Amino acid sequence: MKKKQLKTDNYKLCNIDQVKVDEILDKYPSNRKASAVIPLLHYVQKKSNGWLPVPEIERVAEMLDMPYMKVYEVASFYTMFNLKPIGKKLLQLCHTTPCWLRGSDQIEKSIFDTLKIKDGETTPDNMFTLMKVECLGACVNAPILQINDDYYEDLDYKSTKQLLNKIKTKKNIKPGSVIGRKSSEPYDKNGNINVTK
Amino acid sequence: MLQNKDKIFNNIFGFQSNKLSYALKRGDWDKTKKILSLDHDVIIEKIKNSGLRGRGGAGFSTGLKWSFMPKTLGERPHYLVVNADESEPGTCKDRDIIRHEPHKLIEGCLIASYAMRAHKCYIYIRGEFANEAKILQSAIDEAYENKLIGKNACKSGWDFDLYLHRGAGAYICGEETALLESLEGKKGQPRLKPPFPAGVGLYGCPTTVNNVESIAVVPTILRRGENWFSKLGKENNTGTKLFCISGHVNKPCNVEEEMGIPLRELIEKHAGGVIGGWNNLLAIIPGGSSTPMLPKQICDTITMDFDSLKNAGTGLGTAGVIVMDKTTDIVEAIVRLAFFYKHESCGQCTPCREGTGWMWRLLKKIASKDASPRDIDNLLELTKQVEGHTICALGDAAAWPIQGLFKNFRDEIEMGLKLKKIAAE
Repeated sequence: MKKKQLKTDNYKLCNIDQVKVDEILDKYPSNRKASAVIPLLHYVQKKSNGWLPVPEIERVAEMLDMPYMKVYEVASFYTMFNLKPIGKKLLQLCHTTPCWLRGSDQIEKSIFDTLKIKDGETTPDNMFTLMKVECLGACVNAPILQINDDYYEDLDYKSTKQLLNKIKTKKNIKPGSVIGRKSSEPYDKNGNINVTK
Repeated sequence: MLQNKDKIFNNIFGFQSNKLSYALKRGDWDKTKKILSLDHDVIIEKIKNSGLRGRGGAGFSTGLKWSFMPKTLGERPHYLVVNADESEPGTCKDRDIIRHEPHKLIEGCLIASYAMRAHKCYIYIRGEFANEAKILQSAIDEAYENKLIGKNACKSGWDFDLYLHRGAGAYICGEETALLESLEGKKGQPRLKPPFPAGVGLYGCPTTVNNVESIAVVPTILRRGENWFSKLGKENNTGTKLFCISGHVNKPCNVEEEMGIPLRELIEKHAGGVIGGWNNLLAIIPGGSSTPMLPKQICDTITMDFDSLKNAGTGLGTAGVIVMDKTTDIVEAIVRLAFFYKHESCGQCTPCREGTGWMWRLLKKIASKDASPRDIDNLLELTKQVEGHTICALGDAAAWPIQGLFKNFRDEIEMGLKLKKIAAE
């Protein structure tokens, strides 16, 4: 397939591990390689600082014998693929009804007060990008903030601020509920769980 | 109230490890070989008799769905695809099954695949569940290492391969044919039916798509007997179900309960009640964002099962119960849902692509109280133009919450518009 001449041709492709790529391709019938497009885009995006520059998309197209446009279509259809650079920490704030009912607006305010960024913006030091996203599927632990791959749950204004400040000062943070809940069990402010272990 | 001995998911909160050694202690993978010695159609018949209805929203009989698969394995391989693209607002049960009970799901995949004569199964998990995918993958690896799946799975003579496939953030991929398109490496845009997936599904082969919970309960049903399952719950709405209770309750949680439990009991016994007490309740969305809301007077007495909720003009859906108390700006709650559907419309059918945007804009106008009662009529007319005019059910799902809003709160909303007008004058 003829490769289109692009401005980004002097772009240095990220290193990928062929063993890992073959592992992904092995999951699908050999005449259905296109099935690997989403897993491969995920893999490449992770390697190239969290976003997909055009040459990387072209490379995936070549690996799978797919037209570039078909792969671009996939990359632009799914919200998890970023076609623009993002900060080191991608903050995805859920703002759908169940999170909103539990105060996701306050989390948004807390992020703005701490980092001075709004939806779609990145901090000048390229550390944080905020994206408001639709339901993250952890509604009983609302409100949720996803930071890269990890979910932070049961947040409020104060705990969000603490969380972000910890990241800023490079302190360790633990994913999951910030109020000490194990997962989705009934849990109240006093720490009483009304289920038998 | 469901007794502990009748619970299927004993580790739903993850108090114990999700590793195989612990799963074995909880009874997973117990005599799987014996189950696989039954004839394919006997298993399908047992699941049919158990009364299990699909837990992904539509509530179609799981056994019946399986029976649509061809009875002999022809040239084309059969596939089972498990829908773990859980994205319906208010729903978060599959996440806990995957995180804390992965072996129930894997064993279910093996048995269901065997029943439908499939040697391969794909689990399509939503992309945002990156950590959950890691957990599930390591559970799959464990099952392979212990020869529970793979060649001659559980020494039953049946070869079975299980693959995990991650999506990348698209609600529409929870629709079964969109999911298949996505799995084939395309944009997730639903296909026209017929042909149904059981005839022409993944790669053009016979395929069944099932929800995580539907598959994960199968091993327990077969071990304890279909009669045990069918005795729980209500007639035609049998068994247990995971409910997700979110929003304005004191203790939001997931809980496994019997089908047909009264909604009020569910909330007060498990979720610590509505914030400010039951009388502070405004409305409840009973089955995930797509189902129309119920006002308090219906919530007082309604039971949580497919048929009762259908008769009340709504649905059990995925059993994602979203509770809203009297402090809620009810219009804004639905504006958020309208925006959700606008954002998630795949863009294939014009009524949905354009309609979801129009519905959101009109509703936003009404929420800002800068509207007239005629806007409400226009909006309701619009919902009727979208509903039923699209390939998949996303158009309907976008229309129903809005219809539900005005069915129950039109007078209050119109009063709000009038007051604003008077204040402006």
